[in-house]
Amino acid sequence: MNGETSALRLRGLTKRFDRLAVDALDLTVREREFYALVGPNGAGKTTTLRMVAGLLRPDAGAVEIFGVDALSDPVAAKQVMAWVSDEPMIYDKLTPLEYLEFVAGLWGIAPKTAQATAHELLISLGLEPHLNERCEGFSKGMRQKVALAGALVHDPRLIILDEPLTGLDALSARHVKGLLGERVRAGCTVIMTTHILEVAERMADRIGVIAQGRLVAEGTLDELRRQNGRTDTSLEDLFIALVETKAAA
Amino acid sequence: MSSATGLSWFARHELRLAWREWLAMMTGGRRRRTRAAIIGLIVFAAVMHLPAWAVVGRFAALQAPLDKSSLIVLSATIFLAWALMLSQAIESVTRVFYARADLDLIMSSPATLPNIFSIRIVSIAISVTGMALLLSTPFVDVLAFNGGPRWFAAFGVVAAIGLSAAAFAIAITIILFRLIGPARTRLIAQILAAVIGAGFVIALQIAAILSYGTLSRFAVLTSDAASGIAPDADSIAWWPARAVLGDGEALMLLLASSLVILGVVMAAFSSRFADTAVTAAAYAASSRRAPGARAFRGGSRQAALRHKEFRLLRRDPWLMSQTLMQLLYLVPPAIFLWRSFSDSSTAIVLITPVIVMAAGQLAGGLAWLTISGEDAADLVATAPLPPSRVIRAKIEVVLIAISAVFAPLVAVLAFVAPLQAAVTAAGILLGAASSTAIQLWFRVQAKRSQFRRRQTSSRLATFAEAFSSIGWAATAALTLAVPEAAIVSGAMTVAIVSATWKLAPKRD
Repeated sequence: MNGETSALRLRGLTKRFDRLAVDALDLTVREREFYALVGPNGAGKTTTLRMVAGLLRPDAGAVEIFGVDALSDPVAAKQVMAWVSDEPMIYDKLTPLEYLEFVAGLWGIAPKTAQATAHELLISLGLEPHLNERCEGFSKGMRQKVALAGALVHDPRLIILDEPLTGLDALSARHVKGLLGERVRAGCTVIMTTHILEVAERMADRIGVIAQGRLVAEGTLDELRRQNGRTDTSLEDLFIALVETKAAA
Repeated sequence: MSSATGLSWFARHELRLAWREWLAMMTGGRRRRTRAAIIGLIVFAAVMHLPAWAVVGRFAALQAPLDKSSLIVLSATIFLAWALMLSQAIESVTRVFYARADLDLIMSSPATLPNIFSIRIVSIAISVTGMALLLSTPFVDVLAFNGGPRWFAAFGVVAAIGLSAAAFAIAITIILFRLIGPARTRLIAQILAAVIGAGFVIALQIAAILSYGTLSRFAVLTSDAASGIAPDADSIAWWPARAVLGDGEALMLLLASSLVILGVVMAAFSSRFADTAVTAAAYAASSRRAPGARAFRGGSRQAALRHKEFRLLRRDPWLMSQTLMQLLYLVPPAIFLWRSFSDSSTAIVLITPVIVMAAGQLAGGLAWLTISGEDAADLVATAPLPPSRVIRAKIEVVLIAISAVFAPLVAVLAFVAPLQAAVTAAGILLGAASSTAIQLWFRVQAKRSQFRRRQTSSRLATFAEAFSSIGWAATAALTLAVPEAAIVSGAMTVAIVSATWKLAPKRD
């Protein structure tokens, strides 16, 4: 990592609910990287990302976003970051355009710029026929697209997505993946949790495997294979082997 | 499984759902609180005997035959109870059509739909009647204790009017569906449910103001004019009143009539229940178009929040109707004010507490919607502005809305009685600020659609909000009438609000 800028740096991040959810987690994501965080249900992926997004306060540890201490200066950290949860939270009574207008207002984006970007994003996500329809009748996939457009309208440097492909049809999923790929190529950093290992395998520059609140493996797919002595295996097989090893320990 | 077994199983399923829904309403959805909720309910029912004693204790000696005025008052009270039950039943029926998640399952099953929906109709009737029986128990107990067991016949009357209210609610909702379509029915039915009970009381008050210059609704009911147009003593219109007084024959006839009405509604509408449910489900999947694209607005981040809140309030007529329902109670004082404009009646003082109370309650509802009812909580929490500024923007929305609603009333009052207008304005400010603060201290993350249940998420906040509004209303009235007493009342209200703050959940 020497000489490279990190988009996200977690040190000793800890969160306990009824049980330890995140256990002194250390994690670094480089700038302009597509990072996939995978792990079994209840491994601590969402809790980790919610702490990064400022939605949960950690019990211990540090969160740094582009060198900004997100715990002591959350506003500066949030200015460059976007969060998309697995359950799209939008307003039923607003249209997609109005929703994006609101998001742009919250991030202080100039109205003219925001309007042009909003149109472009919604059209690229296939929502052009629904620009002026209230979101109340939208399917989950359409709602997810609106939420994603909201995350992108303020042109964040770091995008954090929790299971963004859940509920999307194949075409929409391809749209979203394409859009995220474009953002990374344009210099943005993307961190995404997913249960669809094929997506992580295809899209991510690096993959982190998390189990019981700790990072149990990290690297490119080839690095993960080498670390585990399985040179010709899929991420799914690797994942199962890693998680089972952690559970046995 | 035989048809009868299948139906009894479905009936048990419906009653279990009704019970759990009621329990969730009582416990705010927290399962661990079930025992506490039941104990609380028993204590509440026991305590309710005291106000029941104060309200109906003196009527326990009433015996048939009654004079016409008493019959009118008793019948109007029963009609009010019926209207309130009708309002609750309309709300239940609307929820069955628009919010129950099991319609797909039921309608895709091989069960006979008219039978299934007949049971659902009976289930609505039972839950409406059950709730009414529960609420009426303290009053009937007090009457029976003081006037003898003949008063227990009142339970039969409650059951009869509960069954008929459910039947009317189903008929009204399905007829509305046919006449004005699912979109308007949802709105109209919900508004009807919200205003029916209050509407009756308010209509009586307005009639009293216009005819007798008083806010007392009993003035109309006990008037010679009312007696003059009332039917003869042996009319069926008096069956409910006679049944309450222990007339067995009237009670039996009333119960039989209610069962017949319910049976007719089941026979006529159970087969249409399915069609109505399908249409409602289709409506839920459709979208409404907003006006065409226009330029994005500029402004600060707080301005974006405020604009969003106002837009959402404007776009949700149901929420508006629920929130503004409290303003209905302002109609009688407003008419009273208008009537008093030309004379210098001292009775005008009465409108100050009504206005202050309404402001407190309206502010509480709006504060819940803006502070707790945030549908995109994650978005707002991850936006680059400090939580304090988010909260401030939301409080500003509440205060702007309250000012917009009450300023015209205070302005008119200022022409008639400047001092009273100043006191009223101060009362509005204190009542609204206290209710908003209580909602802020007890905020929870919720969906706006959960507004109906906001009062169950924290009983303490609900009672504190009500007592603070009552306290500031009393203080404002006493400031005008007995200033020394206002100091005591104001101090007590401050103590209530302070104690609520101390008891509020601690936050980081």
